Amino acid sequence: MTSNDPEPTLNTDVLVIGGGPAGTWAAIKAAQAGADVVLADKGYTGTSGATASVGTGIWYVDDVPELREAAMASREALGGHLADRDWMARVLDETHARMDELARIQRYPFPVDSDGRQLRGDLQGPEYMRRQRTRVQRLGVRVLDHTPALELLTDTDGVVSGARALDRTTGETVRVQAGAVVLAAGGCAFRSKTLGCDVNTGDGALLAVEAGARLSGMEFSNAYAIAPKGTSLTKTAYYSWATFYRADGSVLDGAGSTRGRSVIAKTLLTEPVYARFDRAAPHEQRAMRKGQPNTFLVFDRLGINPFTDLFEVTLLAEGTVRGTGGVRIADHDCSTDVPGLYAAGDTATRELICGGFTGGGSHNAAWAVSSGSWAGRGAAGFAARRGRPGRALRAAGTAGLRPTGPVTIGHREAVDAVQREILPYDRNYLRHADRLEPALRSLHRTWSAVREGLGADGEELFRAREAAAMVAHGRWMYHAALRRTESRGMHKRTDHPALDPAQHHRLLTGGLDEIWSRPETPRRQLLANGGRAA
Amino acid sequence: MIEIVEPGRCIACDRCVEVCPTRVFDRGADGIPVIARQDSCQTCFQCEAYCPTDALFVAPLVTAVAADSHFRDVTELEGSGLLGGYRRELGWGRGRTLGARTAIGPEYPD
Ligand SMILES: Cc1cc2nc3c(=O)[nH]c(=O)nc-3n(C[C@H](O)[C@H](O)[C@H](O)COP(=O)(O)OP(=O)(O)OC[C@H]3O[C@@H](n4cnc5c(N)ncnc54)[C@H](O)[C@@H]3O)c2cc1C
Ligand code: SF4
Ligand code: SF4
Repeated sequence: MTSNDPEPTLNTDVLVIGGGPAGTWAAIKAAQAGADVVLADKGYTGTSGATASVGTGIWYVDDVPELREAAMASREALGGHLADRDWMARVLDETHARMDELARIQRYPFPVDSDGRQLRGDLQGPEYMRRQRTRVQRLGVRVLDHTPALELLTDTDGVVSGARALDRTTGETVRVQAGAVVLAAGGCAFRSKTLGCDVNTGDGALLAVEAGARLSGMEFSNAYAIAPKGTSLTKTAYYSWATFYRADGSVLDGAGSTRGRSVIAKTLLTEPVYARFDRAAPHEQRAMRKGQPNTFLVFDRLGINPFTDLFEVTLLAEGTVRGTGGVRIADHDCSTDVPGLYAAGDTATRELICGGFTGGGSHNAAWAVSSGSWAGRGAAGFAARRGRPGRALRAAGTAGLRPTGPVTIGHREAVDAVQREILPYDRNYLRHADRLEPALRSLHRTWSAVREGLGADGEELFRAREAAAMVAHGRWMYHAALRRTESRGMHKRTDHPALDPAQHHRLLTGGLDEIWSRPETPRRQLLANGGRAA
Repeated sequence: MIEIVEPGRCIACDRCVEVCPTRVFDRGADGIPVIARQDSCQTCFQCEAYCPTDALFVAPLVTAVAADSHFRDVTELEGSGLLGGYRRELGWGRGRTLGARTAIGPEYPD
């Protein structure tokens, strides 16, 4: 930023930011629609992000009306009736079609059952994402690895027109000017070390809000995953077969993986908790090894037999990765409230299909595929209508890039300050105004310090932006969490334990220096029971 | 965390330098990667999955181990079969069957 040399500039129709499942599907569909596409990832498209390292169950349901109906109904109440049937049906259709494409064209090696039918409910991360990368490259997309986007560019009418990014291999910034942008930079897990998510620092939401977008569902941001203590292994599915114990070997009453995770959180505040997959029969144990090799990689290396040995567990924060809040989606093409800007995957709100319940386990993966595909097509169409942007572009970045005073705070200090308020179970998980309010005040103070005095040069630029993005994310989460004075979906307030029918609406949140939250406008409000938008 | 780059196995192909999402490695003067930023490692095992010669080892812990830890002892890890274990399970590498092909987990309890 201090150099006077003109920045190297690429021109394209569609810029996709983030190369996880959402970003790669966006790039594929934009390229197929005839757009010239640049795909920039902070890490490496194919290995970076939650899916690449974790692998996911996916909401793949055969095209049988009864099965689809049951699938849609299953999480409606859990989600506090904030989801939308119309969107669920679209996602089920799109996911079905894309998994078919994944099998035929990317040649993903789905396992087959005894009748020779492909089983498409699970995707192994490294295998899926290396094939996505190859497909994207074959379609002629220009892939920029190790190139985190720093800020969006807008034209004089406020239309999003590209981004500035940092090439980490050289330490130099680059400019990508584009007719439309897809934000698919994942959610925010606050560098809790949950598997594969150190890259997911909420950059997408910050970039979007700086360009004028609104967020939705930010109160649904208190996902915590179980992991063997000291590891990054937050694969939680097999804890369905676990019993949880105290240090003295007695069973921890009420603790469980799905219902009863808060009991684990409460107990962890004062004493260690142990687990053992002791409810798995031998044939299930063998299937587990096949189903999730990365899980057993960790146990084998630790020398733990999880079926017979007790092992200490912890809970790692997953914020809006396995939470559902994110950039508000304005229309079926995954456009946002800002022209030229599209959002997909964990960067976007997943309330449309999850309501206020976690999208982990199946919905998030289906959403990434579907929203990515729609956003890619939408952005390609927008760029074709609009043409390439003109020259007078404004860089929209704020905190971390353009301190308003002398540099007084480093990115590490800022991240420590955020983690202190977000990671502890008694603040973000077991929510109560008495703890949320001081935590939010502290985050506001950190934001002021960051806004004024966080700056960096060269390679460190993106670290400063990550820190700023996490501070902003934490503030949006807690602001919305305080505003929703009830318990709904995953958002549980210990001071408001009941559901309040008067709050049957989605909450929008936004703002940078001044933050606001308010119910979504009546036109989009949900009908009493169903969830279909009016 | 990444603990081992075994020079005797490494063919200096740069794969790990490229694929590590958090840029932990730099290419060393002799072409062998060096662990330049271990504290950036997110313990995701991707580098191991991509290393064609099983020259890398990622310990299952998110903090660095002591210098005398068995997670730094290549001979022991080779002997126990832990070295290259992820790649073997993924079925990546010549002559192997892709793990995804047989990845059928158990039916979930209600
Ligand atoms: C442990 C765990 C288990 C899960 N299990 C399931 C499951 O079983 N089923 C399910 O449906 N969901 C599951 N999820 C959620 C699922 O993984 C995510 O919803 C999914 O990966 C979202 O895809 P994405 O493309 O939006 O984000 P990601 O896959 O996280 O990819 C985001 C990408 O954006 C890049 N990026 C970030 N910032 C920038 C920037 N500034 N510039 C450029 N690039 C950037 C990152 O490097 C990354 O490659 C799980 C998540 C975790 C953490
Ligand atoms: S484990 Fe992941 S983050 Fe660590 S060095 Fe290997 S690829 Fe990089
Ligand atoms: S991937 Fe393996 S062989 Fe290639 S440079 Fe890295 S350590 Fe060496």
